[in-house]
Amino acid sequence: MTLIELITTGYAVPCSVLSDWIAKTADRFNTAFIEQNRYIQYFKGLGVTLEVALFAGIIGIVIGTIMALFKLSTTEDGKPTIWNYIASIYIDVIRGTPSVLQLMIMYFVIMASVDNQILVASLSFGINSGAYVAEIVRGGILAVDKGQMEAGRSLGLSKAATMWHIILPQATKNVIPPLGNEFITLIKETAIVGYVALSDLTRIANQIASKTYDAFMPLIGAAVIYFVIIKILTILLGNLERRMRRSDNR
Amino acid sequence: MITVKNLCKEFKNNDGTVNKVLSGINYEVNKGEKIVIVGPSGSGKSTFLRCLNLLERPTSGEIYFDGEEITAKKVNINKVRARMGMVFQNFNLFNNLTIMDNIILAPVKLKIMSKDEAKAKATELLKRVNLLDKADAYPASLSGGQKQRIAIVRSLCMNPEMILFDEPTSALDPEMVGEVLDVMKSLADEGMTMVVVTHEMGFAREVATKVLFMDEGTILEENTPKEFFENPQIKRLQDFLSKVL
Repeated sequence: MTLIELITTGYAVPCSVLSDWIAKTADRFNTAFIEQNRYIQYFKGLGVTLEVALFAGIIGIVIGTIMALFKLSTTEDGKPTIWNYIASIYIDVIRGTPSVLQLMIMYFVIMASVDNQILVASLSFGINSGAYVAEIVRGGILAVDKGQMEAGRSLGLSKAATMWHIILPQATKNVIPPLGNEFITLIKETAIVGYVALSDLTRIANQIASKTYDAFMPLIGAAVIYFVIIKILTILLGNLERRMRRSDNR
Repeated sequence: MITVKNLCKEFKNNDGTVNKVLSGINYEVNKGEKIVIVGPSGSGKSTFLRCLNLLERPTSGEIYFDGEEITAKKVNINKVRARMGMVFQNFNLFNNLTIMDNIILAPVKLKIMSKDEAKAKATELLKRVNLLDKADAYPASLSGGQKQRIAIVRSLCMNPEMILFDEPTSALDPEMVGEVLDVMKSLADEGMTMVVVTHEMGFAREVATKVLFMDEGTILEENTPKEFFENPQIKRLQDFLSKVL
């Protein structure tokens, strides 16, 4: 037996197994993503996911910032205000209940008459996220040196004006990393919108899995798409953070 | 110009006990006076100063500014503070704004001057402290002495009737103390009413119209600088001076 023969016959068996596997996998891939233009459905689902996450993120930041300011509000002589209690109750209730239940309550009870599921889901996730953002923003504001507020007040600026022109711009820098983290959590959390019949990326993958009797490809595919989106976001956030810090040491 | 009647300030400790920082201060500052307050740390001198523009709310007592009781409930304290500058130990320049914006923010936002007027005034003041070239820089790039001179300029730009100085040189490297004191001296020469808490005895001796010695929340001695340093009356002040001079 020549060396050539040994190599070719010796490899013949694994080669055929491998090529079989490749062919089968390609077939499954084809069924899961290409057939009937299914990839379009994944992209549509991803669109829904990102739409809900984006709107919810914006709503969350607005509510969260307002709630953080509520929680930090004091009278001129340093006593807590009614706003403190409102913010505390809101944060407690939201953090104390599962977000999937909040979503269902919003869809089936509070906004039962509203047809726009994207709106309902965005609002529900926004209100949910707001509770976490409130604590993030509060921490960011508290991390700004309290001399900054004193300096503003000593010049005759009101508390609100000092907050707006001095404290919040500086707090923004502090909250970018945890806020990015919150947004990433939010994107993944929207995977439960299937509960209110919204066809997001997760639900689409699940539907295709049951239609093609193959769970592996659609589910792994969806996971990869989530991962790539979040990886891109992480890189963008890192750049933003670095750019904001650069203006610190001019 | 400013009258303090029976001013008391208490802080509540975490364990519920009360820490009496100021116990019944009476004092009057007249227009054009330069009052220097000295005393050991913890004597309440900074708290006293911070009460004058209500950065600390007095527990009891009254403060009158130009005849108006500013400790009264209905007073718009922002209006009062706009007329009373303050310079802090830690400068407290606004880190997110350029030097120019630091200076013009309050006068423009409070509509005391237009943006152009404020810029012109700021430019003139910056020239005076030799820092015009820093107008577009951020506070982080300045030395401590430069920051404090800017902080003084920032409060001057509001055209205040008096300025409170809370240990303005205590956070500075020794070689930078002089440049800040020089600015303060030139302000004093122009007739600005000043209340200064400081450890710079040379400044007190040279500039003050009156020097106050505070300890344990009260003013224990008040005198002209000459008498104060050369002929201290009470034992506690004699001890204090023997340690710091």
